[in-house]
Amino acid sequence: MSTASLPLAPKTGFWHNRAVKRFRSNLLAKIGLFMVVALTLACFVGPYLLPYDELFIDVRNRFAPPLTGGHIFGTDPLGRDIAARLFHAGQISLMVGFMAMIISTVIGTVVGVVAGYRGGWIGAVLMRLVDAFLAFPAIFLLLVLAAFIKPSPLMITFIIAITSWMEVARIVEAEVKTVRERDYVMAARSLGLSSSWIMFREILPNVIAPIVVAATLTVARSILMEAYVSFLGYGIQAPTPSWGNMLNGAQQYLIQAPWMAIVPGLAITIAVTGFNFIGDGLRDALDVRSQKK
Amino acid sequence: MIRFLLGRLWQSAILLLLVSLIGFMVLHLAPGGPMSRFALTPGMTKETLDRIAEEMGLNRPLIVQYFDWLWSLIQGDWGQSFRDKRDVLAVIGSHLYATLLLMGGSTVISMLLGGWIGVRSAMRQGGSFDYAMTIFCFVALSIPTFWFGLVAIFIFSLWLGWLPAGNMITVGDGSLGDILIHLILPTIVLALVNVAIWARYMRAATLEVLGQDFIRTAKAKGLSPRRIMNKHILGNALVPMITLTGMQLPTLLGGALVTETVFTWPGMGRLFLDSLGYNDYPVVMGLLMFSAILVVVCNLLADVIVALVDPRIRLE
Repeated sequence: MSTASLPLAPKTGFWHNRAVKRFRSNLLAKIGLFMVVALTLACFVGPYLLPYDELFIDVRNRFAPPLTGGHIFGTDPLGRDIAARLFHAGQISLMVGFMAMIISTVIGTVVGVVAGYRGGWIGAVLMRLVDAFLAFPAIFLLLVLAAFIKPSPLMITFIIAITSWMEVARIVEAEVKTVRERDYVMAARSLGLSSSWIMFREILPNVIAPIVVAATLTVARSILMEAYVSFLGYGIQAPTPSWGNMLNGAQQYLIQAPWMAIVPGLAITIAVTGFNFIGDGLRDALDVRSQKK
Repeated sequence: MIRFLLGRLWQSAILLLLVSLIGFMVLHLAPGGPMSRFALTPGMTKETLDRIAEEMGLNRPLIVQYFDWLWSLIQGDWGQSFRDKRDVLAVIGSHLYATLLLMGGSTVISMLLGGWIGVRSAMRQGGSFDYAMTIFCFVALSIPTFWFGLVAIFIFSLWLGWLPAGNMITVGDGSLGDILIHLILPTIVLALVNVAIWARYMRAATLEVLGQDFIRTAKAKGLSPRRIMNKHILGNALVPMITLTGMQLPTLLGGALVTETVFTWPGMGRLFLDSLGYNDYPVVMGLLMFSAILVVVCNLLADVIVALVDPRIRLE
């Protein structure tokens, strides 16, 4: 009898990791992952497969309803293909959402780790600052900043990040506070390691799970925020398409061409729902305490 | 109780100070800063601008300017609108009623509907109702408010013709019934997200109460399920909802802004966007500060109410 058949040694590797297994058994998380991957592929590969590019003006087919004249999602008042514009806009919207997540996660993590580890008056001031930022309705602050600073996609990304790092900071601070008194931190301190080493090399890796969850949900939020400001006319500006400003243009043609409004809205909903499903699945898989308390 | 109140008041005061600091920084980001009114006037020379700046005290140290600005803020002198020279606070006040009507209506809907969904999901955790509502909540949280509004206008106003597509009153009417009919669509659109949030929190709160020992005791005493539900479960699960109402206020205000824009509802949100379009910075800054102060004050109120209702809080 060979020892290999003994069931004692657990299988190792990525697919047998406990968290990965738990994520794979979560139906909604899988649906979310599928939605996000499908949408990302459509936006980045789709444009090469379409018969029209986003600037081509099909004069004979203005206001064409979906599925006519080779336009799967129809055309706009100028005769431009909505599918091509949607995918092109999707590249911008997804990039803005993803980059804003990275920036706000970095800001939130640094603030949270420092506030949680240092505590005392530094921690108190930082966390009150978080509260103060949360007191402003995000859309109000976002609109004022976007109106004052001339917006480019990069600027919009930065402005969205400025208004959405607080959630991460709160979560990280709470987590670091519970980890701070653990033995390995004591050990590191008694070895005389610098506090920035302890904060970012000892503590940070141990609070990564809630950060990953919060970051995923921040992508969803950022995509939504970009849509809001662009819809209201202060986000990504006209020649560059985004899902939000496509809807802005669609508003006045609601009777003649309702598909112009329906298609980009569905794209936003799918993207945001997808990221929310993934985030929630990750929360269960990584066994993060519910933050909704 | 007095000590708790004083402590919370002190915290809110510090919070308001930080809020005002952020507001002051944002003000200085405006094109031309506090000088924007003059900088935008055509034919303005550099010399005149410098002179005005000196008269306005803009070449004093920033810290002096900040306390000056803060002092007039506290006194209720929030400046005048560039558009019609009215006091900013008066302009905001005249738009407050419409927004409060909209927010109040949708809060009632989301409390009742969201609360019902949450409790029912928790009572039958893992059942088909719970599962369906979980998915509903995720989708409701992900739908852009303005898009839902556009779709609602398309279906109920343009297609079916049942409800008006915008504004608060029909010209020449303005009776209570007329306002209520105009209120239906925007209230429902604004409520959608909040129903989902309320349902999620109510579900979590109910589940937590259900796991407590006193529920088992109540069952063991042989109390009727109705009595357990009304007195023991709802009584305890509703306390965190008071805090939630305060916490959700920024989201509600933001949602109201978007909803008011889609439905041309004459509230604070519309005022904010209009003023932004006219570069009417005093009103914009006024609304920004007003909403943040409203949020801080309401959160303070929520905490005090919770402390009054729930004696356990005061002991901490």
